[in-house]
Amino acid sequence: MLKLFKNLKPYWLPIIGIIIFIFFQVLSELFLPTIMADIVDVGIVKGDTAYILQRGGWMLLATFLGTLCAVMAGFLSSRTGLAFGRDLRVQVFKKATEFSLYEFDELGTASMITRTTNDITQIQNLVVMVLRMFVMAPLMLIGGIFMAVSKDPKLSLVLVGVLPFLAALIAFVARRSIPMFKTMQIRIDRLNLVLRENLTGLRVIRAFNRTDFEQKRFTKANTDLMTVSIDVNKLMAMLMPLMMLIFNFTTIAIIWFGSIRIDSGSMEVGSLMAFIQYAMQILFSLIMATMMFIMVPRASASATRINEVLDIEATIVDPKQPKISQGGNGHLKFENVSFSYPGAEEPAISGITIEALPGEITAIIGGTGSGKTTLINLIPRFYDVQSGRILLDGLDIKDMTQESLRSRIGLVPQQAVLFSGTVADNIRFGSTNLSDEDVKHAADISQATSFINEMPDGFNAVIAQGGINVSGGQKQRLAIARALASKPDIYIFDDSFSSLDFKTDARLRRALKSETETATVLIVAQRVTTVIDADCIIVLENGKIVSMGNHQELLRLCPIYQEIVASQLSEEDLNEH
Amino acid sequence: MSTKNNNSSSNRTNTAAQSVETTTSRPQRGPGGGHAMGMPVEKAKNFKGTLHRLLSYIKPQRVSLILVFFMSILATIFNILSPKIMGDGITKLFEGFMKKFQHIPGAAIDFGYIGNILLILAALYLASAFFGYIQQYIMASVSQRIVFNLRNETNEKLSRLPLKFFDSKTHGEILSRMTNDIDNISTTLQQSITQLITAFVTIIGIVIMMLTISPLMTLIALITLPLSIIITIFIAKRSQKYFKEQQKILGNLNGHVEEMYTGHKIVKAFNYERQSVELFEKTNNQLYNAGWKAQFISGIIMPMMSFVNNIGYVLVCIVGGILVTRGALHIGDIQAFIQYSKQFSQPIVQAANISNIIQSTIASAERIFEVLDEKEDLPESDKNIKLPEVKGAVRFDHVAFGYTEDKKLMQDLNIDVKSGQMVAIVGPTGAGKTTLVNLLMRFYEVSGGQISIDDVPITDLKRGDLRQIFGMVLQDTWLFKGTIMENIAYGRQEATEQEIIQAADTARADHFIRTLPDGYKTILNEEANNISQGQKQLLTIARALLADPSVLILDEATSSVDTRTELLIQEAMTLLMKGRTSFVIAHRLSTIKGADLILVMNEGSVIEKGTHKELLSQNGFYADLYNSQFALSDLEKD
Repeated sequence: MLKLFKNLKPYWLPIIGIIIFIFFQVLSELFLPTIMADIVDVGIVKGDTAYILQRGGWMLLATFLGTLCAVMAGFLSSRTGLAFGRDLRVQVFKKATEFSLYEFDELGTASMITRTTNDITQIQNLVVMVLRMFVMAPLMLIGGIFMAVSKDPKLSLVLVGVLPFLAALIAFVARRSIPMFKTMQIRIDRLNLVLRENLTGLRVIRAFNRTDFEQKRFTKANTDLMTVSIDVNKLMAMLMPLMMLIFNFTTIAIIWFGSIRIDSGSMEVGSLMAFIQYAMQILFSLIMATMMFIMVPRASASATRINEVLDIEATIVDPKQPKISQGGNGHLKFENVSFSYPGAEEPAISGITIEALPGEITAIIGGTGSGKTTLINLIPRFYDVQSGRILLDGLDIKDMTQESLRSRIGLVPQQAVLFSGTVADNIRFGSTNLSDEDVKHAADISQATSFINEMPDGFNAVIAQGGINVSGGQKQRLAIARALASKPDIYIFDDSFSSLDFKTDARLRRALKSETETATVLIVAQRVTTVIDADCIIVLENGKIVSMGNHQELLRLCPIYQEIVASQLSEEDLNEH
Repeated sequence: MSTKNNNSSSNRTNTAAQSVETTTSRPQRGPGGGHAMGMPVEKAKNFKGTLHRLLSYIKPQRVSLILVFFMSILATIFNILSPKIMGDGITKLFEGFMKKFQHIPGAAIDFGYIGNILLILAALYLASAFFGYIQQYIMASVSQRIVFNLRNETNEKLSRLPLKFFDSKTHGEILSRMTNDIDNISTTLQQSITQLITAFVTIIGIVIMMLTISPLMTLIALITLPLSIIITIFIAKRSQKYFKEQQKILGNLNGHVEEMYTGHKIVKAFNYERQSVELFEKTNNQLYNAGWKAQFISGIIMPMMSFVNNIGYVLVCIVGGILVTRGALHIGDIQAFIQYSKQFSQPIVQAANISNIIQSTIASAERIFEVLDEKEDLPESDKNIKLPEVKGAVRFDHVAFGYTEDKKLMQDLNIDVKSGQMVAIVGPTGAGKTTLVNLLMRFYEVSGGQISIDDVPITDLKRGDLRQIFGMVLQDTWLFKGTIMENIAYGRQEATEQEIIQAADTARADHFIRTLPDGYKTILNEEANNISQGQKQLLTIARALLADPSVLILDEATSSVDTRTELLIQEAMTLLMKGRTSFVIAHRLSTIKGADLILVMNEGSVIEKGTHKELLSQNGFYADLYNSQFALSDLEKD
């Protein structure tokens, strides 16, 4: 938490301003009872109306200046607090943008979103509060004590007597309530989880006739939450009445002992009245400080989560002195590459040596979990190889900047992701300098033009967040258009045709053929028909290359390939082709 | 249409699940929260009706509530009596002091009197604290019980709503009603109601007390009252504008974060990082500009109120002081007035905020009641026919259906499936394949015609009994947070471990489960992204197999499984399904060639049917579809 507060450093000037303004605000508040005491002790006792009016004027001035200071302090603290939030947000977002897929896998996307949005808002709110209250509380406390002691040092002993009671009460409530609040949060999360699962699994739950079971699960979570909420509220119900009781008994004690002091002539009535007000200010400042101690642990969970993000160093970084590739047109080479995911016992892929040449289609085929996507993810350096190396036109990809490497790759992922914006924006994604012709051409090739034209605004039609207003097949075609638009040297299609029906699939691949003539094309596929005319087919099994060759060769030599083919094409199909 | 509909709704599920995270983890307004000053609130459409209805939920707790009202009134009364009594004590003290000051012989401070006053005060304070505590204590259970019931009722309602309802709402929307709106009501019940009672009793009580001391001073003390009300309302209005703006920009910013994080891989692949950060910074700066203004203006209320309050304080001191010198007022009365005017500002702010609190609570209640009022599934038939032995003959008779009223997907669909057949359904996207399943399972109701099983109309069966007949494996692989064992057993709760492993084995899932760190005890996380899509599909198949259904439905169930594994699963299933009816919807035509009956669907109706061979020889739509698989390679050959 303190670590995050270091980000306030650039704002030291406004913060000093806040402290000064609040100091004067507190001063004016403390000034008022003293003047009032004067009115009573001098004005009233002597019956001096002019004096009372004059002192009253001072009071008005003091309160006016105090308010002015409070407004200024509020102005500065809102700006500082929000600026703090703004800076932190940018810091986290930039960090996240640098992250490779490793770091995202580790923290989880949903959690990253919460950290960047809600957690920062929580901290920001805390900072605004701190700047106002936390600065005020100690000033008020010290000022109050100073004034009280100056009015009557002996009577101040009453306060010393009260403090242990107040401290004990706060400690008692805090000790019991903090674990309860934690439990409550866990149970709220649990209730939300059950609810969310009930919504996402609606059809399955109904299909398996488990509605009653889910009802019971929900009622259980609901009951648990209710029980702890009631306990917390009952405990908190005690806090305010007891606190007020302590305050009020303090007043009683002050009046009693004050009367004795007055009787002995060491104090005046106005001072006693002022003293009561000071005592209240002191106790209130203590409560304010306590509130902070309750709020800080709540926000500290958020702070921890933000710090976690900030502390992670992106594992994939650009080399200090990047090499620039000397021409070349996308010659890709894997040299004995191995990779395992963190914590995995077995490597996801190992000993991979392949070469993909410009103007050729290299296909990768293999079962679920054979390492196809892993292999593909290594090329744009989403992950880094653990041993061996990957060369692009003779240059180790680790020696290039990520930007220059990726600008040469057109990737179509397994799950098509679109962004909010127009159709054209999506095709132009990342390369804004593309002309309208480029965009249209890319859409033509990817067989997207026909459905784009059917949309109300054509290329300017707006895609909603997550692409929910286009179908799976349409999304995939737009994702393909996006990869085509920038005319890269290397195309990577990661099982990118799965949502297309056979007809569109065939048309698209025919159009692609001419477009990618000189490029290096890598295709990951499950359908044999997709890879059947590749120049080289790589068969993966458990992360290792089992066989390599063209369709005919593999059909003769590779038993696994034979099985794959047999599972998709019937005897007569095979004979036909 | 049907598949399209499904696609978009499952996509929506993804984004909703993400936005859910952000909606539900919105800053919790736990105890001590309350309604922030100057925040904009949504207004209810039917205020009066909703209020009445909300009150009906509170009614069962009315005895407790009346007690609470009574307690808070008592607590407040004891609280506002004390300044006047304390004032009397101070007066007595001052009198004694003045006499001593004027050197009147025998003058002394009357400690007996002051002692008595202090004892009375102590008693008042104790009583006030006691009643205040009891009031809060009772309210703790009352409010939570009401909220508990409301939550349960809404959840039960959701389970009775047709799928149609869920198509029209995002998960985020529904979750927000269940959490934020109900929370809002809970806070109002727990805090605001008693606060309001206390505020009104305090205001009225203080005015009465002041009047009994001095009508003139009361006027002086209250002169600032209209000023505070005007200021509160004025500032609140100003700040609302900025709060609204802030909320809007925050929405944009969060949307951008969501998109960039979920599309992280694509952002990287297309070198979009710089643009993304630029856009973020731009929106973030807008947020800062709107945010600090909202913060600042709403933050002004407190100093302004205390300014007005202090003016009152000063006026009390001046006028009171002058009155005391003229003997028209006691010194202790000034003390009392100072205390009263201090106690006054808090309830004024609360009272000024009352309409906002009520508005937002009623709006929340209205959103919940909207869910409670949604049209439910058709009631269960009272015929309550049971099918002890299902043969599995399924017939669609002139079925008509559309997801929306105006757009009919199916006009007149007729299908006749004999018991024990394996039926494959193929057709282009949007042909209505998934709709067929939806209708069969009664997720949606037909708008014309009839579906029957073993010649019994499915509407004559209880939904639960009907669905018991089917084992369904869907495109979307829903699993819940729990162990793999529990997830498979979802199909049949009483299944033994042996049976579960058997089902997993049949689904070809046993091997990969055993390679996981904790085997069958491995806990799937919330997004179940600790196993691959293909593995998830295997688990859902195991789940359906374990349920041992009479009719099996596979809706693109193996689309993410590689074809070799798929073939193995199919072999195992063919064995299992021998003599039972099964429906298979598939993209890959290779997997359905062995079907007894292939239904080719297009635009909501069956356009061809027959076996693979028959259909090929017909040289129609199916043959075309099948041959297009080889279009490219054919092209090459030419």
